[in-house]
Amino acid sequence: MDYFLELFFGGLTRGSIYALIALGYTMVYGIIELINFAHGEIYMIGAFTALIVAGVCSLLGLNLISILILAIIISMFYSAAYGYTVEKIAYKPLRNAPRLSPLISAIGMSIFLQNYVLLAQTSDFVPFPSLIPEFEFMEPVAHIMGSSELVIIVVTAIAMVILSLFIKFTKIGKAMRATAQDRKMALLCGVNVDRVISVTFIIGSALAALGGVLIASHIGQINFYIGFIAGIKAFTAAVLGGIGSIPGAVLGGLVLGWTESFATGYVSSDYEDVFAFCLLVIILIFRPAGILGRTNTQKV
Amino acid sequence: MGKLWKVLSLVCVSVFLSVSMLWAAETLKFGVAGAHSGDLASYGLPSVNAAELVVQKYNAKGGLLGKQIEVIKGDDQCKPELATNVATKMVSDGAVVVLGHICSGATKAALPIYKEAKIVVMSPSATNPPLTQSGDYPNFFRTIASDDAQGKLAAEFIIENLKLKKVAIIHDKGDYGKGYATYVKQFIEEMGGAKVVLFEGVTPGAVDYSAVVQKVKQSGAEVVVFGGYHPEASKIVTTMRKKRMKIPFVSDDGVKDDTFIKVAGKYAEGVYATGPKDVSANPLYKQAEEEHRKAYGTAPGVFFFNAYAAAQCMLNAIEKAGSTKYEDIVKVLRTEYVETPLGKIRFDEKGDAEGVGFSVYQVQNGKFVELSK
Amino acid sequence: MRKIIKSLQVSFWFMFLTFPIMVIRVDTIEKTVQWRWLNLLYVGLASFFLSFIWRFLIKKKEEGSKKEESGEQTITIVQKIISTPKYNRPIYSFIFLFMLAFPWIVSTYQTNIMISALIYVMLGLGLNIVVGIAGLLDLGYVAFYAVGAYAYALLNYHYHLGFWTVLPIGGLLAAIFGILLGIPVLRLRGDYLAIVTLGFGEIIRLILENWNEFSFGPSGIANIPRPGFFGMKLGVEEATIYIYYLMILMTIITIFVVNRLQNSRLGRAWLALREDEVACEAMGIDRMKTKLAAFALGATWAGFAGVIFAAKTTFINPASFTFLESAIILSIVVLGGMGSIVGVILAAFLMILLPEYLRAFSEYRMLLFGAAMVLVMVFRPQGLIPSVRRKYVYELKER
Repeated sequence: MDYFLELFFGGLTRGSIYALIALGYTMVYGIIELINFAHGEIYMIGAFTALIVAGVCSLLGLNLISILILAIIISMFYSAAYGYTVEKIAYKPLRNAPRLSPLISAIGMSIFLQNYVLLAQTSDFVPFPSLIPEFEFMEPVAHIMGSSELVIIVVTAIAMVILSLFIKFTKIGKAMRATAQDRKMALLCGVNVDRVISVTFIIGSALAALGGVLIASHIGQINFYIGFIAGIKAFTAAVLGGIGSIPGAVLGGLVLGWTESFATGYVSSDYEDVFAFCLLVIILIFRPAGILGRTNTQKV
Repeated sequence: MGKLWKVLSLVCVSVFLSVSMLWAAETLKFGVAGAHSGDLASYGLPSVNAAELVVQKYNAKGGLLGKQIEVIKGDDQCKPELATNVATKMVSDGAVVVLGHICSGATKAALPIYKEAKIVVMSPSATNPPLTQSGDYPNFFRTIASDDAQGKLAAEFIIENLKLKKVAIIHDKGDYGKGYATYVKQFIEEMGGAKVVLFEGVTPGAVDYSAVVQKVKQSGAEVVVFGGYHPEASKIVTTMRKKRMKIPFVSDDGVKDDTFIKVAGKYAEGVYATGPKDVSANPLYKQAEEEHRKAYGTAPGVFFFNAYAAAQCMLNAIEKAGSTKYEDIVKVLRTEYVETPLGKIRFDEKGDAEGVGFSVYQVQNGKFVELSK
Repeated sequence: MRKIIKSLQVSFWFMFLTFPIMVIRVDTIEKTVQWRWLNLLYVGLASFFLSFIWRFLIKKKEEGSKKEESGEQTITIVQKIISTPKYNRPIYSFIFLFMLAFPWIVSTYQTNIMISALIYVMLGLGLNIVVGIAGLLDLGYVAFYAVGAYAYALLNYHYHLGFWTVLPIGGLLAAIFGILLGIPVLRLRGDYLAIVTLGFGEIIRLILENWNEFSFGPSGIANIPRPGFFGMKLGVEEATIYIYYLMILMTIITIFVVNRLQNSRLGRAWLALREDEVACEAMGIDRMKTKLAAFALGATWAGFAGVIFAAKTTFINPASFTFLESAIILSIVVLGGMGSIVGVILAAFLMILLPEYLRAFSEYRMLLFGAAMVLVMVFRPQGLIPSVRRKYVYELKER
């Protein structure tokens, strides 16, 4: 039973991170139908910014908690700024272009950002200070779940709740939903679509940065390439849950995390990713729009 | 646009080629191939430095066979498909001998081309056993011991020194890591006395490894062997220690790197890793290190001394043979001993250096310390 | 003046944006921080000037698109040259002669790179059938390439089959894989298809990596023979030249076939399917069959290219078939202009040869490469040479 629980919480942690990144994909996709391949890089930039902030702050002699909070805030802010700028440069001029053009632009952006960090910082793996303190009350269950894992799960849950409330009740949230349903109609109803798109990128990027800081602190190392794999996995999660749907992204992330964890635990980690992708194919065959996605009947 | 561009590039290329042709008549070409850019550049660049230092020494003495030696570089980024390009370039540029390649995969891809052109290739770092043991490449030599020697050492160390019975083996699914892991498994099974309870690959770059670590714990293993490079190793060790698993961790030369200690921090303490024998007491070693410091201002990187020794051996062979003919060079390499930073070496029939081996290191107080056997 | 203020704003924004990553470098071990203020200055100056150029180009592009809206679809000079035989014949024959002479003018190394570029031309044209013409977004195209390469390597290893025997087998195998994958997933729409094909590509690679008994795992397969020339064994240089001509021949065949396909009944069905699936079905086109045909035909070319790739490098391992490879092939198709054969060829040369010759900038080359991809898309979203839709005009016969 212990073993099951260990795998369960391992999968939950991993799934939470996927979910945080997947939210960015799903929100952007919901609004402009673009697979934002550069999103994984935003996550990586978030982690790097946090590393830099942590480095500077620890020199100034701040204590751990304030470093953690500062690092999270600043990196979320910077990632949001990057997300905003990337949208303005690489996607906005392509609003009316053929559907695949922004995708290639996104792939190019992803390559560019990776190499930008590689050149400006380093190509090596760099150690990331563990910013999350070890809670004493977690000690008895440390073999099942560490404090950083607890923090990751709790923070993700809080972020999800805030985001759902934000989208449900605020004015801009409503505008976002309207734009996702029908961009032209929203425009006619007086929604500033450009602003909505910018806000979407900002929120998605900030969430990715949050994920970046938490996982970097948990794992203890980062390099310029971490965004790529995390990005692909998160994208899979978003599709699994039904792309465009926010609860879907969370569910998709968790399902993916658990699948990988249990597949490793009970079968073999050799084929961990094969299981993940097979699950995706099977789910899509039976529910072509993902678990929570709505199938729009196409009208002619 | 396409046409113009092609013509332009053609002009550039032909100018470049004719310039290099002019040079060709006067110098003796010493090829250095390996990863000089990309994420594995740190493994390849030290061998360029080594080659240049050794060549400078020879050139200062008036060159070799009456000619100056020229180093020509080929960057394969450790990718097999680029390695064949580099190899063809080396052949068409007229390299007499080649120091490289760095990664086993790239070396394997490039060797048939050199073999056909009858060029001696000596790698400072390609440890894949079949490269020498298969007998397919009589033109291949190396100044580093092969992976199976490393695997054997790890197996012996676990059974005889640590005296542990249940072994979990993890690898990174890569050529090097999986190869090493397979040898450790094979030797443990052959020697008896211990059992492999888990043999699995992990995906490099995955978000975390907690599931695999839990599985190791579940298997009841008393020691973990990891085949692969330091980024994954430090992630696995950190996760293990955070999950309160205190069993020993044994790994390979890809982990015996100071970056590992830096990244894993306090969790690195006590980790075992096999690596080339410590030869730092050798005066030639110190001399080579000093030369590097003088020329480049920094301490030499990985495989520097292997590359230094390889360059010495090859140039010495050309000098003693008095010719650049393949057969003559090979004959000298197999018979003459050379004093190098790695010790006194020559090569056996298969192409492995005699007297180059591995020993076990342990991280103690933030440093790799060689354990005496 | 307003422009300057705007550029100043842009440059301040970028200075602010790149501040942590460009300026500060921390070493968490030594606990030191390195401040590189000079970088900030560079970023500021560069973005200040670039913003002028950026605005100018955007304005120009907008004017262009306005013109397009008002009148007919504008046809550029390049497109015109390509489509009229009077101009294009001499150019094509010149390029053809140049390509024929190429290996004799330059070194083996250059020829080798050119072979790689030609392989990508083939891959690009193959994927062009799937993505460009039929409009099915396939992110796992490299899987079929791997199928071809491994088909040759393994069949040769186990049964000593020669290059020429395996070439059709490899194509066929890839086509079968295409159909096998196609049957379950072609029901999916747009981006769902994209992620499933991406997953398929990864699955193939992972199987090759993990299934040692079958594929020799990550260590790959070495010593794959080069194609023989009527039973003669060729040296490296001769073999390279021989493969080069082989590749030229294959490319010409590919161009011919794709060109004919595009204007065939099937090709028009693909185009129609790309534009509107529902209307297309209403016109009596079997959606499933047509899509499967596109998938299988696209895969076939990847299979051929794979066999040739294996024969050329004489060594293959799973690391050559990653997602990045698929992304590069897809970029070739989109950068060139979807559905445009000349565009795809040009883009393939640019994408493969550019990084090769950018080696002078070694460190910066991937950075420039990424930036170039973004810029081309922003300023030429239709691709470098967009395809011109063939028009069918009904003319009354005069008597």
